[in-house]
Amino acid sequence: MSTATSLPTLTAKDLASDQEVRWCPGCGDYSILAQMKKALAPLGIPREKMVFVSGIGCSSRFPYYMNTYGFHSIHGRAPTFATGLKASRPDLTVWVITGDGDGLSIGGNHLIHAIRRNIDMKIVLFNNEIYGLTKGQYSPTSRLGTRTKSSPLGSIDNPLRPLSLAIGAEATFVARTVDVDINHLTETLRRASAHKGTAFIEIYQNCKIFNDLVFEYATDKSIKADNILHLEHGKPLIFGKDRNKGIRLHGLDPEVVTLGNGITVDDLLIHDEKAEEPSLAYLLSRMVYPRFPECFGVFRAVERPIYEDTLNKQIDDAIRTKGRGKLEDLFAADDTWVVA
Amino acid sequence: MPVSNLSAAPGPQARKAEAQEVESVTIRFCGDSGDGMQLAGTQFTNASAMLGNDISTLPDFPAEIRAPAGTLAGVSGFQVHFSSHDIHTPGDKLNTLVAMNPAALKTNIKDLESGGILIVNSDAFTTSDLHKAGYKANPLEDDSLKGYRVYKIRINTLNREAVADMKLSPREADRCKNFFALGLVFWLYERSLDPTLRWIHQKFGKNPAVLEANTRTLKAGYNYGETTEALPVHYRVPKAQIKPGVYRKITGNEAIALGLVAAANLANMPICCASYPITPASDILHHLSELKRYGVRAIQAEDEIAAIGMAIGAAFGGSLGVTGTSGPGICLKSEAIGLAVMTELPLVIIDVQRGGPSTGLPTKTEQADLLQAMFGRNGECPVAIVAPCSPADCFDMVFEAVRLAISFMTPVFLLSDGYLANGAEPWLIPKVDDLPKIKVEHPTKGNGNGNGEAHFLPYKRDERLVRQWAIPGTAGLEHRIGGLEKEDVTGNVSYDPANHEHMIKTRAQKIANIANEIPELAVNGPAEGDLLVIGWGGTYGSINEAVKNAQKKGHKVAQAHLRYLNPMPKNTGDVLKRYKKVLVPELNTGQLRLLLRGIFLVDAVGLNKVQGRPFLVSEIEAKIEEMLK
Repeated sequence: MSTATSLPTLTAKDLASDQEVRWCPGCGDYSILAQMKKALAPLGIPREKMVFVSGIGCSSRFPYYMNTYGFHSIHGRAPTFATGLKASRPDLTVWVITGDGDGLSIGGNHLIHAIRRNIDMKIVLFNNEIYGLTKGQYSPTSRLGTRTKSSPLGSIDNPLRPLSLAIGAEATFVARTVDVDINHLTETLRRASAHKGTAFIEIYQNCKIFNDLVFEYATDKSIKADNILHLEHGKPLIFGKDRNKGIRLHGLDPEVVTLGNGITVDDLLIHDEKAEEPSLAYLLSRMVYPRFPECFGVFRAVERPIYEDTLNKQIDDAIRTKGRGKLEDLFAADDTWVVA
Repeated sequence: MPVSNLSAAPGPQARKAEAQEVESVTIRFCGDSGDGMQLAGTQFTNASAMLGNDISTLPDFPAEIRAPAGTLAGVSGFQVHFSSHDIHTPGDKLNTLVAMNPAALKTNIKDLESGGILIVNSDAFTTSDLHKAGYKANPLEDDSLKGYRVYKIRINTLNREAVADMKLSPREADRCKNFFALGLVFWLYERSLDPTLRWIHQKFGKNPAVLEANTRTLKAGYNYGETTEALPVHYRVPKAQIKPGVYRKITGNEAIALGLVAAANLANMPICCASYPITPASDILHHLSELKRYGVRAIQAEDEIAAIGMAIGAAFGGSLGVTGTSGPGICLKSEAIGLAVMTELPLVIIDVQRGGPSTGLPTKTEQADLLQAMFGRNGECPVAIVAPCSPADCFDMVFEAVRLAISFMTPVFLLSDGYLANGAEPWLIPKVDDLPKIKVEHPTKGNGNGNGEAHFLPYKRDERLVRQWAIPGTAGLEHRIGGLEKEDVTGNVSYDPANHEHMIKTRAQKIANIANEIPELAVNGPAEGDLLVIGWGGTYGSINEAVKNAQKKGHKVAQAHLRYLNPMPKNTGDVLKRYKKVLVPELNTGQLRLLLRGIFLVDAVGLNKVQGRPFLVSEIEAKIEEMLK
């Protein structure tokens, strides 16, 4: 194994595998793949130390396209493989790639438990609000009334909000970005990479074939400024083409206000990604278009003990205080007797 | 270990009457699930083992932690067979039964031999408890028990008297009464109190009142036997003539935990065991969780699927990945087992079988997961399967499971069962230097030929068809694996029809190749003859004793026991053909029999029992007699 004394200098190209990428033309996944390579290449992490673990679905083909170690596992279970790997190999950088069906439907249980343990891994959820690989059924994030082959009269399942779920599961890092805003996407991936603990990133990702333009309100340059709000730590929540709208607290609920007529910046909520309590992050995660602008950026970034650190510390402490166990002692740990 | 300074325990020299010597004895302690019968049984077992008897135990308890007191559903029992010779079963018929209440008497009396000793706690035979047990009349007062030697002892009263001046509440005092009964039985069979007194000191060292109360009542029970003439006889079971060495008592679940740690240690590799709590497998997780200073990473997962996922993830990273569960957990893990087969990663899957289907009989034993282990996955999905035949054999077979998993890059099932898991026997502690070493190799260099091939080919195989275990962190060997069909050699995703069939056959042949590296099937008895009794798993002891009894009668009967079930030893077909008839006793409706008939075209006959309990020796003996008529 290499013990790098100087940081390896990688380019995005070094992180591309020799496999032909097989997503549909125009799929948002291409952009995410490109930005991932761009985000990770300069970080000084050796390629062999990176592992991408995925479940099943379009997004889960991702590991095949990265020239790192990769594990394309089974539906919904990627966080479990990643947990076992990271817990036993804390030296590795582990990324989980999942989608709204994989991560929130069949794999919902593993997602919340990985997050609550705060394992040092990065979970990237490609949210396209649809099942792609099974050809277009509604997903746990599809909006009410979404018409698909399995919901011809419109879906009747209330959608999950991935970030609300992650915050409810005690996430220490929560962010949202979108496939087409490549700078924001790259920056968000880097922020996640730098976080110590589980980082959960929701990426709005367009499915050209089965759910095209579902995020148009948030990506169309002519309208998006009024529909999304970029979060900045310590800054007031301002948005809009003319930067004249903001979010104010009314009781326990947010409300959209227009600056002027006695309303000033001082009346607006200030973003605090480091708040100990997740109330603000949760409130922001509940803001949904068209009633509210949807927030992009880092909702929450706090520090808490990391699962594998504690697990391995318990082992190290036991060895330090009691000595490394010898098999002879283990075998004879119970009462013994001698037969002559 | 010096023990004499702990107590002034009565010694054998203090006895009035000479004890009668007997070869072997089976006793059962039974009472309410809150009465501490498992503890009394365990303590009796320890004392017997340390005295040098061979032992075999059968704990039997309800799935409910505390069913309503006094009811039939709440009865918990612990059976111990101890002997001055080699034994393999917890015994068929009871020589002595200790019944702490009417419900316990009612559910257990049928197992007591005619003329056997019955010790009852007569204080518990109140109108209310008799009613709860469904007795219309008090069996202690009519002649329904006249076929037994009945000793009615007021255990509640005597126990309370023993701790009378200790200012315990009646409830606290009553909690010790199992030790009064235990003390009495210690006297009856001439066991030393020392191991139990030592246990009391260890357990209750921080609680002097409880320590004192348990000590007093244990001794009071012993002295009651000695000084009153309530029981006119007592017995001695001399030491067994067993192989010299250092022994300890071990249950199957303990042996599995120890075997895993030993194998990982000798392979010089980290171990990661992820499990979800499930009866009767949880103790494996508990034991491993205590072994942190042996470097064990034990993880309690959020569910069964997560547990195996974590174990596979750890295996991908170069650890010994282990997951333990019971049948319902295996159902949930099936898809992930298929992934481990497809990715050809080493993995040890422990199935401590219990009564099924569904939730079934959580605390009772059964052998009905064999076909699930063989076939219970989508697609052609072969795995290796081994099965221990006794509690101590769990150590050897889990060691084998680890060896095969690593050596062949495959998931390996270990099929234990509830009887092996909780049953105990003496274990000859192995010398660490005598244990086999397991070789683990992680490549550090590429294996491509340099002529246009990739630098590293994850599915390039050796002559045994085994691929290399390259682990993350190794520069230059970066590769991707997954559940999609792989092109052989390169490991690239492939939908090619011919490649798929080639890979199906290759995976199957790799498992078949294991037969070249396991011992042949041994036979106890004549090399050919009238009847072969072949079994697998925890039925070994009952079959062994039944076959030996039949051999003593002059029958040409032999025993073979499969500890390797997939693949089976290479000579299995030959062994089967050397006998006129083949009998397959199983605690299922005929799963091994189906395999033997299918693979070897042998007209095997089944003896099948699915009652949540092990075979009695007599049941197998009767079937042998019937087949030889």
